[in-house]
Amino acid sequence: MSAEVPIFKMSVGAFVARLALIALAVAWTVPTFGLFISSFRNKDDIVASGWWAALQTTSQNAQARTGATPDMVEEDGLFIIVGNVFEEETSATVSTFGGGFLPANEGLEGRDTTGIGDYSAGETIELEDGSTFTLNADGSYRWSSETAFELERGERFFYVQEKPPTFSLENYNTVFSNDNIAQAFVNTFTVTIPSTIIPIVIAAFAAYAFSWMEFRGRQFLFAIVVGLLVVPLQLSLIPLLRLYSTVGLNGTYPGMWLAHTGFGLPLAIYLLRNYIGGLPREIIESAKIDGASHFTIFTNLILPLSIPALASFAIFQFLWVWNDFLVASVFLGTQPDNVVMTVSIKEMLGTRGDQWEVLTSAAFISMFVPLVVFISMQRYFVRGLLAGSVKGG
Amino acid sequence: MELGQVFQGIAFIVLGVGAMVAYFWGSNYALDRLIADPLGPNGDPIESKENQREAIRPWLFVSPALILLFVYLVFPAIQTFYLSFSDADGNVRVNAPVYPEEVRELNINFATPLNAERMLDVRDVLVDDYPSLDSVTLEDIETANLSTNGDGINYLFDRANAEVEQNFVLLRNYEWAFNPNNEDFWEAVRNNILWLLVPLFSTIFGLLIAILADDVRWGTLPKSLIFLPMAISFIGASVIWRFIYYYKGPDVEQIGLLNAIIVSLGGEAQAWMTIQPWNNFLLMIILVWVQTGFAMVLLSAALRGVPEETKEAARIDGANEVRIFFNIIIPQIMSTILVVLTTITIVVLKVFDIVQAMTNGQNGTQVLANMMFNESFRNFDVGRGAIVSVVLLVAVVPVLVWNLRQFQKQEQTR
Repeated sequence: MSAEVPIFKMSVGAFVARLALIALAVAWTVPTFGLFISSFRNKDDIVASGWWAALQTTSQNAQARTGATPDMVEEDGLFIIVGNVFEEETSATVSTFGGGFLPANEGLEGRDTTGIGDYSAGETIELEDGSTFTLNADGSYRWSSETAFELERGERFFYVQEKPPTFSLENYNTVFSNDNIAQAFVNTFTVTIPSTIIPIVIAAFAAYAFSWMEFRGRQFLFAIVVGLLVVPLQLSLIPLLRLYSTVGLNGTYPGMWLAHTGFGLPLAIYLLRNYIGGLPREIIESAKIDGASHFTIFTNLILPLSIPALASFAIFQFLWVWNDFLVASVFLGTQPDNVVMTVSIKEMLGTRGDQWEVLTSAAFISMFVPLVVFISMQRYFVRGLLAGSVKGG
Repeated sequence: MELGQVFQGIAFIVLGVGAMVAYFWGSNYALDRLIADPLGPNGDPIESKENQREAIRPWLFVSPALILLFVYLVFPAIQTFYLSFSDADGNVRVNAPVYPEEVRELNINFATPLNAERMLDVRDVLVDDYPSLDSVTLEDIETANLSTNGDGINYLFDRANAEVEQNFVLLRNYEWAFNPNNEDFWEAVRNNILWLLVPLFSTIFGLLIAILADDVRWGTLPKSLIFLPMAISFIGASVIWRFIYYYKGPDVEQIGLLNAIIVSLGGEAQAWMTIQPWNNFLLMIILVWVQTGFAMVLLSAALRGVPEETKEAARIDGANEVRIFFNIIIPQIMSTILVVLTTITIVVLKVFDIVQAMTNGQNGTQVLANMMFNESFRNFDVGRGAIVSVVLLVAVVPVLVWNLRQFQKQEQTR
């Protein structure tokens, strides 16, 4: 069971265990990965094939019409009609064609009745009237005849187009320019940053007081904080909304900051008190002897020492506020002026639930910031989790 | 996006944070000034008022926190309890009209605006008992401009000069919620209980991964990957999983992973979010996916705390790895397992975003928190919203008590 054993000497059990670990990690990553890949795919590709097929070339059946008499030109005594089946510039190519006005290639094995697979791109086909038709891989065709064409409208034929996978930032561009997502992104920051900083400062002062200052009801008040840790915030919403309506905080940023501060404070005070209360008593006492007030001790000594704990809580609160949907949808609403990302994505789910090119990219824009914060500060986050849960209730 | 919006945002931020910083520095500065040590003629303090200052200072430190906790958590909780005895508009009354059973059966929610046509339906039901209502026309209703709440029905009653029964409405919401016929409510309660599978499975997966990765040198990478969903919002997670459960229609190439796998195994693609009871379990998978990382991190740390000697001793006694796991390791990390279970249970009881975004409680997936949201902010029935919140609170009370007990024990050993 020891990790020092080289791979080829590994026991069967250990090997299976490692395999299982890899399988679990893959299973946990695949959902996000699928969405991520999809966000870079063309909107037609997303609905045409699963994201796991994103790297494959997709085949699509299509049909086209040749040009008609007005498009005809005369060249070296021949009448020709030329054109291209692709109307726009594309990376697609033609693989096979046939059917329609073209003669059937009866000899072909497993022939599709439409005749779409009759000829390979580049082949020249002789028609019954003696004219010849060629369709090239790049989509250009040439139909030539010794007699003039008399066609009111072009002739129809079928072809298979092969489209290589394309990835682009197009979806992101669209979402950023059309969907108030850029505004929602700024709004989310406006909500999140003060909602992170304000509770930290308020909780740090309170945590210090609960740890090192003497006042009546200290134990009792802190027990209330511990109790409030688990009280569902659903309980607060209706009365607060009524209060906000009367004082005019409804739909405002300060209203959101205060709400998130209030809801975040129990955990903040609890975490920070665990940490600040664990600092050595001597630090505070020697500073007291030097005549420092609690305010000076706190700002000059304790605050700098508490940076790791402050960082832990900051990440918690940042992620919580950034990802919050409930509080924002109750107090901030869905107006474009101050809507946040989660609320606006939820709206999209309701109104445009099938437009995956919008949903995937919008979801990733909203996930980007918390993922960066999370990955870069994972250590502090884990430390905070352990301090908040293992030591305490 | 304009640059102006960014600047406005920054200005807002500076203002908000500045106000708070100004309070702490300002109030402490003011305290030091107002209760300053009186100075003697030579400029030295002749008397220290330090004790007076330090008696007030704690309150300068804790009062912002206490005020906010009171305004945002304690007071609203009490008020919600009070509102659970109120009508749709939040008025607590003892008497109110009682509408005949048929009117209720019309499934009219008195809190939602009644349009004129709907009121005609009500009239049709009432007309049997109150023939004079027959003369009420669509025009009457429209000109009376009664569109909201129960007013419209009251109006109909008034027109009929009907004698409206009076009833004790204090328990209106309790009667509504706990009525055995209120399928919605009981469905939400059942589902919330069913959701308790989430803490169980998150803990099992978390423990499994923690053990598997424990003695692997590259174990941090898979652990980080499994931890990552914790950074993703429930709404983001809902988009991710909606894409997996997506159903494109019958007999076409499926782009949702779940249906694609089922089709490739010879099955038939389904609109999973509408199929009971699977939709509930599929929603739960989302939360397990998010919470496993949390369980894993805590249990991983706990496993590292299990002393090697205890395991070694058991091995020497001839115990196999399975027995060591169940008899030696599990008991030693039991307290952490309990913490993980209770923490995720709290999350589960409040589960809202996922249900709201994926199904909005349709097709038998309702949960309490979603019901609370819809009753309060979609149907605008404050009383019903309040009662559902109170039920949620009752559900967390055992955890709350357990937390306080743990805290007490911890304080004694401090």
